[in-house]
Amino acid sequence: MVSLTKRYRFSASHRLHNEALSAEQNSRVFGKCNSPYGHGHNYIVEVTVRGPVDPSTGMVMDLGLLDRAVEQEVLERFDHTYLNLDVPNFEGKVPTTENLCVEIYNLLRPKLDAGQGNGRLAKVRLEETSSNSFEYTGAPAENRAEAMRDKK
Amino acid sequence: MIYLTRRAEFSASHYYHNPAFSAEENRRIFGKCNNPHGHGHNYTVEVTVAGEVDETTGMVLDLKDLKAVLEAEVLQRMDHKFLNKEVPVFASKIPTTENIAVEIWNLLAAKLPSGRLHRIRLYETGDLFVDYYGE
Repeated sequence: MVSLTKRYRFSASHRLHNEALSAEQNSRVFGKCNSPYGHGHNYIVEVTVRGPVDPSTGMVMDLGLLDRAVEQEVLERFDHTYLNLDVPNFEGKVPTTENLCVEIYNLLRPKLDAGQGNGRLAKVRLEETSSNSFEYTGAPAENRAEAMRDKK
Repeated sequence: MIYLTRRAEFSASHYYHNPAFSAEENRRIFGKCNNPHGHGHNYTVEVTVAGEVDETTGMVLDLKDLKAVLEAEVLQRMDHKFLNKEVPVFASKIPTTENIAVEIWNLLAAKLPSGRLHRIRLYETGDLFVDYYGE
């Protein structure tokens, strides 16, 4: 098994705000991220796929497939948007980098796992700044299934 | 258990081609990486060794020894080479980043003076790397 990781970039703005909380609570919980007009980041997303190396191509996954999936599902959707208002993904959900990381994983998983090769999505790592990053490897049930598959 | 990582760089060229495929299939599957004259990268390899800290030296292994093994086994073989033509293992195996990482593992695993090889991470560019843990 080899893991391959590719890094992509996009820029977006967001505001951390929960309608269910009072103005004071929002301010206390989210601090300056609650600033009413939002603020932006240059996000770096690292997508890791894992699988056996296909002997005929020497590859875990066709990089063109990976690039197209990330371009269509992530970059075209989120780049240069205000996540709270411009995309439907965060209706009723605070667009924290945690939630964005999970959302990206869920958007990519069906596209990548449908590919003809052996590679499967293993991890999404999302950097909000060079100091803050988040990782998601799928729901616990998926991880258990994955672990069982790897053992066989 | 401590994990120690040493990084080294080498520059090499390669191209992707499978003689079992037609010229058209090779172009479709490998795209511009199929250019027969090759193209190059500055590779960065990170070698991670796992082991217990030796009480008398405070070390997992002597870094000089790791550097020497890396130099002899990897850099001398691959640095400033056209991998397809000049590194025998890649005469019959496509020198993708995946396969180069596995080959580096195979070259180093038995040669470490102490500790156990844990991971090979190989960067083809700053935005693309592969990890291999030996299985």
